[in-house]
This record gives sequence, structure tokens and C-alpha cells, in this order.
Amino acid sequence: MRDVYVIGVGMTRFGELWESSLRDLFVEAALAALDDAGNAGEHLSSMYVGCMSSGLFVGQEHIGPQLADYLGRIPIPATRVETACASGGAAVLHACLEVAAGVSEVVLAGGVEKMTDGADVTSALATAADQEYEAYHGVTFPGLYALMARAHMHRYGTTREQLARVAVKNHKHGALNPKAQYPFEITVEQVLNSSRVADPLRLLDCSPVTDGAAAVILASEEAARRAGSHPLIRVAASAQATGTIALHSRADITRLDAVEQAAKEAYRQAGITPDKVDVSEVHDCFTIAELCVMEALGYTEAGKSGPLAEAGETNIGGRMPINPSGGLKAKGHPVGASGAAQIVELVHQLRGEADGRQVENARIGLAQSMGGTGASCTVHILEGVS
Amino acid sequence: MRSPQYTREIPQRYRLEAGKCTGCGKVHFPPRLICDACRCREFEDTTLPREGKILTWTVIYVPPPNFDLEAPYVVAIVELEGGVRLTCQVVDCGPEELAVDVPVELVFRRIQEDSQADIIQYGYKAVLKRE
Repeated sequence: MRDVYVIGVGMTRFGELWESSLRDLFVEAALAALDDAGNAGEHLSSMYVGCMSSGLFVGQEHIGPQLADYLGRIPIPATRVETACASGGAAVLHACLEVAAGVSEVVLAGGVEKMTDGADVTSALATAADQEYEAYHGVTFPGLYALMARAHMHRYGTTREQLARVAVKNHKHGALNPKAQYPFEITVEQVLNSSRVADPLRLLDCSPVTDGAAAVILASEEAARRAGSHPLIRVAASAQATGTIALHSRADITRLDAVEQAAKEAYRQAGITPDKVDVSEVHDCFTIAELCVMEALGYTEAGKSGPLAEAGETNIGGRMPINPSGGLKAKGHPVGASGAAQIVELVHQLRGEADGRQVENARIGLAQSMGGTGASCTVHILEGVS
Repeated sequence: MRSPQYTREIPQRYRLEAGKCTGCGKVHFPPRLICDACRCREFEDTTLPREGKILTWTVIYVPPPNFDLEAPYVVAIVELEGGVRLTCQVVDCGPEELAVDVPVELVFRRIQEDSQADIIQYGYKAVLKRE
């Protein structure tokens, strides 16, 4: 397998974008990524689109060819990839495989979700859990993560305030991101006093409902060197794993087994240990998710993530900066796009073009995306090559 | 939920029918075709015990549409005797009575009504086991 490089990135603004359709969103992000890649885009030979549920959100399936068409790229192969909220990450993984295998020189991977057209979002998202044995009983997605939160608090003494710190930190970062849905700061008190969603989680523990798209252009080393204008960013690892669809089937409800597995494989591919990562974009769909992910990625021991968040270690400028983009919480969470948007942020960070939210001297970045309660997980590690 | 989909799950929802792997003894709920622990494909029928304890729980304040009239309600992961775990509502109690490890038993209850398919859907819920 040969090395794969990211040579172009682009994304739409995230938010409630009523004036934009699903196809407009995707094409806007894809064009931005192609423009960023310079003339290499002329050699684009295939594309993968991550999308969780265009069928339920806007009543449209079969979006691969639709988006290739509106991108003006018929007849290249175009395939939709679905792993719930990790769909964008999985699209990137499949595009990487295609380039690594030597089948293609330049491939586009993106993600898109159009969530605000009036569909029943709670029920649509619940399809990422076991419909017959979880959702049937009235549990929602915030509810499932609340079950994890209660278990984590009970076992490790994680506090309500530590959870709130995750949201406060991500909003602090998101305030510096012009593409973010909620670019403003919030306080711990606001989180603790926001409306109840699924006890112990409140509204400001939850990522929002968002429209948006993100895209990246992946290429072989030769195509990347020809494209030329940006610092080279190598995909040092691209890994994926599964866990049980039902949260209740896991031996330990506070542990994200699929994240641990995907991370282990990613560190093996990249030949690094977790402490070598300079900047991370992780799947903070709920505040508790970011804490459990930190533990699954090996950034800290089980049960120690809460105190780290509270101490500010995960802030930009801290020992292990997490979600400088604002994360899903503040940047927004168009579910199928989020995994690809993480790669966009990492590339900006590794190129040193993240402006006010730049992590100093970032050379190695890790992106972790997951679907359901962690039943699907992708982990990518990117490395700036000087 | 359409009626064929609902009908298929009746043995589990009404009667807690499960499959016990003849290879390693692991009990699967719902039954499976292959054991994830030992990959054995032979199972014998078994019924889950109704007694267990709460592993973790939440109170749902923002429900899906089918549960609109019921919120707030409690959902828990219950570990039954023998180790099988499932997700269900906990009813006939206030949240202040709930805690990790509290003993519960499963009872047969109405779960939801699907106005589209026009079927009343039943299944198991947990109630606190009181002395």
C-alpha cells in the first residue's frame, strides 16, 4: 500500500441553512476542496459521500450519482457510505484505501447532512441505535449517552461540572471559528441551568441539529507533489472498528470498545503512541462522549478524563488540545459531514492556517468519529511533512 | 412500526424468549444464529429470569413523538439474574427512588401506540422490587 496525502479541503458554514439544499451544500464544500487542491482536481477519478440519512431527513436516497452530477463530474464512480454519525470518517477511509491501493491518483471524500427541513430528527437519529431493543422502549440518543454519563459518574466520581467544562471549552474554541454554528462562549452555570434533555444531560451538553457539508481531496504522493502549493499532509493512519449496536450489550458501559480498537490500529499504522498527538478533533456529540473518547484513545486512564477537562488540559494552549474547531458542540453536527469536517480542521491546523484557534507547532493530528453509541468508529492520523 | 415487524418480536417482548448457546452457555437476547463468544450455531430455547438490578438510568425529558404524552419517564439498562442486560423503562416509581444496583423485576406493559400502523405495542418494563 502506498502513502496517501490530503491536498485539498473545504467546508460550508455549519448552521440552520434553510436556503441551501443537500446538493447545494455538498457541491459548495466539494468545490472549495477542489479549488484548494489546485489543478489536481482535474484528475479526480472517484468520490465517496458520507451521509447518515438523506432518506429520512429529505426523502432522497441514491445521492452518489446526484452529487457527482451536480458537481459536474459524471461519469466518475460515486458511492454513498453510511456508518451513522461516522459516515464522513468512513468516506475518507474508503477514499484513502482507493488511493493507497493504487487504483486512483486523486479521490474526493466528503460528508453531508441536511437536518433542518422539518423531519423528525429525534426519531431519525434514533435509527442509529437498535430499533427493536433500544428505541422501541422510548430511549433517545441523548438518553443513551445519559446512561453512559450516569455510569461514568457512579463508577469514577465524574462530576456534572466536569461534563459542563467540555461544552464550555468547545464553545470557547468555536467562538474563534467563522464556520461554526454557535460561535460564542458559554459558562458552566449556563450549562448546568439549561433545560433538561435526558438526566443528567442538559441542552448545552448536546450537539445541535445542523445543516452542512465538508470535503477533502486525497491523492498519491506524486499527484500531491504536482499539486504543490500547500505543505504536504500525509495520512499516517486510517482505521475503523465496530462495537455492539446496543449499548446494553457492552461488557463495560463506560468504555467505547470500538474507539479503543480503531485507535490501537491507527497508532500501529502511524507507528506512534498517543502522547505524540499534538491536536485532536473528537466526536463530542454529547459532553460525556468527549470524556469517554479521551479514555478510549489512551490520552488518559479510565476515569481520569473529567479532572483533565476541568484543569483546562484540553484547551488550545493546554497539554492535549481537543476540538480546536469547536467540536460538534459549537461548530455544529451535520451528522454525515462531521467526520470529514474533522479532517478539514486538522489540515488547517497542520498547515498552520487556523488563525485565532491555531494550536502552536501542531505536526501530528488525530481525528476520531463515531456512529451510534460508538458502534462504528473511524480514527485518522495526519502528519505534516516538512 | 409495521405489523410484520412488530409480530416477529412478540416472543421476546411478551415472553422474554432467549437462546442459550450449546457450545459455551452464553444466553442471547434476542436469539442469534451464531454465538459471538464461541461461534457455535446450535442453541436451545430458554426464558430470561424476570428479576435483576439497575445498572444505569436516565430520565427522558425530550421524547420521540410516540412517547410525547409520557415524558418525563425513566429508561434504564437492567442486568437480569444470569447476566443478560436489556434496555427498558422503569415505571411506578419516582426518580428519587432510583439508584444503581436497585433490584427490579420485569412486568408486561403497554409500551407505545403507533398511530400510523394502528397497533398498540406491548412489551416489558421494570418495576422496583419492594419487600
